[in-house]
Amino acid sequence: MALPLAKQFALMVPELFLLGMICAILVIDVFLKNSQRNVTYWLSQFSLLITGILVLTMNPGERITGFDGAFVSDPFSVLLKLFVVGITIAVFVYSRPYMRDRELFRGEYFVLGLAGVLGMMVLISAHSLLTIYLGLELMSLALYAMVAFQRDSGRASEAAMKYFVLGALASGLLLYGMSILYGLTGSLDITRIAINLAHSPHPEVAVGLAVVFIVSGVAFKLGAVPFHMWIPDVYEGAPTSVTLYMGSVTKIAAFAMVIRLLAEALPSAHIHWGGMLELLIVLSLAVGNVIAIAQTSIKRMLAYSTISHVGFVFMGVFAGTDAGYAAATYYVLVYALMSAGAFGMIALLSRKGFEAENIEDFKGLNQRSPWLAFMMLLIMFSMAGIPPTVGFYAKLVVLQAVVQVDQPWLALYAVIMSVIGAFYYLRVVKFMYFDKVEEVVPVRLKLDAGILMSFNGLALLALGMFPSVLMVYCTAAAGGL
Amino acid sequence: METVYLIIALAPLVGAIIAGLFGKKIGKTGAHTVTILGVGLSFGLSVWVFVRLVFQGMPTYDGNVYTWMMAGGYSFHIGFLIDHLSALMMLIVTFVSLMVHIYTIGYMAHDEELWPSDSQVRSTAYQRFFSYIALFTFSMLMLVMSNNLLQLFFGWEAVGLVSYLLIGFYMNKESAIYANLKAFIVNRVGDFGFLLGIAALFAYTGSLNYEEIFSQTGKLATATVMLIPGQEWSLPSVVAILLFIGAMGKSAQVPLHVWLPDSMEGPTPISALIHAATMVTAGIFMVTRMSPIYELSTTALSLMLIIGSIGAFFMGLIGVVQNDIKRVIAFSTLSQLGYMTAALGASAYAAGMFHLMTHAFFKALLFLAAGSVIMAMHHEQDIRKMGGLRKYMPITYVTALIGSLALIGFPGTSGFFSKDSIIEAVELSHIPGAHFAAALLILGVFVTALYTFRLFFLVFHGRERMDAHTRAHLHEPPWVVTLPLTLLALATIGAGGVMYPLLFGDFFRSIYVAPDHNVLAELHHHFHGALAFLIDGFLAPPFWLSMAGVLVAWDVTLYRSKLGIHVHSRLGWVRTILQNGYGFDAFNDYVFARGARGLGRLLWKAGDALLIDGLIVNGTARVIGWTADRLRWIQTGYVYHYSFAMIIGLLVLLSWYVLR
Amino acid sequence: MIPLSHYLIVAAILFSIAVAGIFINRKNLIVLLMCIELMLLAVNLNFIAFSWYLHDLAGQVFVFFILTVAAAEAAIGLAILVVLFRNRRSINVIDLDDMKG
Repeated sequence: MALPLAKQFALMVPELFLLGMICAILVIDVFLKNSQRNVTYWLSQFSLLITGILVLTMNPGERITGFDGAFVSDPFSVLLKLFVVGITIAVFVYSRPYMRDRELFRGEYFVLGLAGVLGMMVLISAHSLLTIYLGLELMSLALYAMVAFQRDSGRASEAAMKYFVLGALASGLLLYGMSILYGLTGSLDITRIAINLAHSPHPEVAVGLAVVFIVSGVAFKLGAVPFHMWIPDVYEGAPTSVTLYMGSVTKIAAFAMVIRLLAEALPSAHIHWGGMLELLIVLSLAVGNVIAIAQTSIKRMLAYSTISHVGFVFMGVFAGTDAGYAAATYYVLVYALMSAGAFGMIALLSRKGFEAENIEDFKGLNQRSPWLAFMMLLIMFSMAGIPPTVGFYAKLVVLQAVVQVDQPWLALYAVIMSVIGAFYYLRVVKFMYFDKVEEVVPVRLKLDAGILMSFNGLALLALGMFPSVLMVYCTAAAGGL
Repeated sequence: METVYLIIALAPLVGAIIAGLFGKKIGKTGAHTVTILGVGLSFGLSVWVFVRLVFQGMPTYDGNVYTWMMAGGYSFHIGFLIDHLSALMMLIVTFVSLMVHIYTIGYMAHDEELWPSDSQVRSTAYQRFFSYIALFTFSMLMLVMSNNLLQLFFGWEAVGLVSYLLIGFYMNKESAIYANLKAFIVNRVGDFGFLLGIAALFAYTGSLNYEEIFSQTGKLATATVMLIPGQEWSLPSVVAILLFIGAMGKSAQVPLHVWLPDSMEGPTPISALIHAATMVTAGIFMVTRMSPIYELSTTALSLMLIIGSIGAFFMGLIGVVQNDIKRVIAFSTLSQLGYMTAALGASAYAAGMFHLMTHAFFKALLFLAAGSVIMAMHHEQDIRKMGGLRKYMPITYVTALIGSLALIGFPGTSGFFSKDSIIEAVELSHIPGAHFAAALLILGVFVTALYTFRLFFLVFHGRERMDAHTRAHLHEPPWVVTLPLTLLALATIGAGGVMYPLLFGDFFRSIYVAPDHNVLAELHHHFHGALAFLIDGFLAPPFWLSMAGVLVAWDVTLYRSKLGIHVHSRLGWVRTILQNGYGFDAFNDYVFARGARGLGRLLWKAGDALLIDGLIVNGTARVIGWTADRLRWIQTGYVYHYSFAMIIGLLVLLSWYVLR
Repeated sequence: MIPLSHYLIVAAILFSIAVAGIFINRKNLIVLLMCIELMLLAVNLNFIAFSWYLHDLAGQVFVFFILTVAAAEAAIGLAILVVLFRNRRSINVIDLDDMKG
């Protein structure tokens, strides 16, 4: 059962490496002149790359637990970590020109970003209430600071304050739920909690209470209605480079938390949290899709669209089957890819003294840069779930999972809501292709950002045509839970 | 072996991609080298696979190489089924394609002259052409090697696409654009039926894999489907007919044949490869592949018999009055496809496949010979302006003669073996309509001989009717043209006798024929070796009919006796009907094209603009927009409201739990 | 000996006061920070009570971590507060309504 200590540490080599690099970068950055900030950037990218490779090389193919069950390495964690690291690399590439134009190109962004990644990786691998809490807080604290990063912006600090207060409240709810769970089972270890809950009798009310608080806590982190209120304000207020970061990768980590807590710790309480999730799903799909239509700011619009996508992710979890978990994993990974592309596009189209924040700013993009317009088209199609992009397949597998557990009405409802949702995605497309602008400002694009954006957009198309490439890993990941 | 099959399919694709995307960089030589290497590799490996399968007894391969997607418990694969049937098809496709590739070097060498000087695509037209034909080879191989209907459909659509691109290859010519549009639309009609057929099969068997579908034929046989309430139809009939509608589109059967003559707008090598030898046979191949389904439905077989024989006779008749060298051969293709379909209808699948193979050789040969003539004539295609080419182009003359003899089924040539077995099989068949079909097919022999030798005599014999300039430049084309002609001519002579015995054995193991339909087995009783069959051939009515046809052709073209001229002047109205192709085109234009436009306008005005746009779309949009504006007010911006919402949410969850 | 339920009830009351404080208070942001602190302390009380009752040290270890994290959280919260005050010249909760809808 217990591995030798060296083997246990070997499980978290990527995390340890990243931690070391964060410290090193923090120190090195202090000695750099402002003009040398690129060194920090490349060091960060290098650390992420090596971390990714380390994650890849230690792929166990099966579940290995260490540290008395607190830390786990399984196909699920490897898959999610790879996406977190990979998308963060893209996020850094997209945000570099944006931040340079706004004199935000400082070492702290990268250090905080890497710290956030570390938190996410811990969260993904966490298998005890304590490690979950620590990973979550490491991620959240980095995010609070990043949102407030633009110190001279009143909106950024307002957003940070809102995020901080509500985030702390959500952490409090989650902790309260955890404390009840601990009191019920006498353990912090997820595996033991699950065994204990399944095999010995417990007061129903107490279990229900714990589930309610835990569901509220995780619903906040993903942003399901009615715990979603922070999302639009924070997405809008934060600098686009930060929105990009928190809109894409953090969802993957939050999803891992959902799986660890609900699917792994509380499978016996599925009847409790299943119904609660259903309520959240119904509300999220409606609120997210409908309010998005009335938005003029594209960041707010995408924020509301996030909420509706969270509804879909929860649908997979709601199904409570391996197929459902695999579908939800697939959906959240694809969503992270799409949202990195969409927010990245906003960052790339912004210039010095100009934020491409409004949907109107995408007018005539086809005239300015046909290729970027085409990439944005792919991203929007994918978000709307139009074949042959991968967004369609992602929605399809989730709906199938729901239908398989005999909830066709929920699936039908989701389809109707997606149709409503397609409206605002297509409106962006309409602006790009059918509206003309008076003066055509050419888009200046860095080579690395351009290549990555093309890769990002085309990946959505390629995955849509060969969906099983990724689905195989998701199924394996869900099977290894 | 999987790797070998993958290479066979993908080598042409690699060539196509290189020639298509990097055409400018690698130049003309690069483009034809890389595509010929790709197709040549496929051909070599196909031969090897064929030899191993047929002569060394390698077992049939059936396996999936890639899982495309899984949905709801169904999985969709890309896989190969390599048995004698597909190995034979692979051999035909790659061989003819290779010949056409080589031939094209000569044919397209001066292609730039046909483009306007300001055309932007002019400089890469040559590379584009090679890319297309290699892509076609890939698609066709995917079609024949497939082990499931989905991949078959992919190949089916892909060859359709390439055919569309190639018919419209001269994209600045209006007639070419019209022709490719027509081909596309007519094929869409067929594909619609095809797709419905696949869907119906999938719905009842839950699989698209041949093996799995055929294992359920027992269950399918008695299944019924209710399309109109109160009317139970047998499922196999519905499926078989729907699939056959697809085959009608692709294999140009009446009345979906109208696109094929127009497709001659494409360059001649394409007419040889796609519109004669390979793509149009996709329908025949598909029906053969699905024979276990067709055997369940006498209705579908009967339908195929009748449609096929009608095409065989009446389409040949049109060929008699055509004056464009390529169109004559195109109508001949329609007629021959009719023979194949009739063979399928008589459950003589093996005979159909056999004729498919021999036809592929001799029709490709004829087309390439025609292309050679067209080249020599400086792209003049009217046979009335030719004549006496025999002495200028001896190789083309001899090979065209071999092709023509095979086409009319002269004893000893490959066409004789395949066509005679079809006619005899249909005569023996007991399926309703078989007598009618047999009569038409036998009459068709006469018509075939008539148009074939009318063409042959007008082009190669008689007075030289071309202008002096053209005559001065008449010469035999380069070796890249004559080599494929010679090789195809050899195949045309040899294939019949060599392959004929395979017709009766269990060569096509995957073909299933119901015992009471098995006309080929019956035919086998009468059969005493190829030589005896050959001698019988000289005595049978089809031979004399074809000889009569040749004689009449000689009379109307060269000898010009009083009788011929008399008939000619008296039957002017028949001629008009035939020249208009029985009015299919006029009917389609008038009824379908105009009717569809009118219906479309009506639906747009009444349905779309008023009902859907006005009430449903804009109506809902307004309601949702209004709701959205109201809902936005919830998002007040105050932290305490946000936290309050969270607490409310928590309480709702709690009360849901308590009250449940 | 005081039964477990008494501790739990006290913790629940503290937790409720903290949560109520977050959404009732409309004046000073610092009060919000205090409420958050109180909420975490209520959770701590829960953990310690369970830990004592179950004779299991893990709960108390958890409390140490919560305390540490709460300190970090307070630091970040105050830092954001300072930034906010510099931009807005106000730390009234009711003034934080630039973004809505």
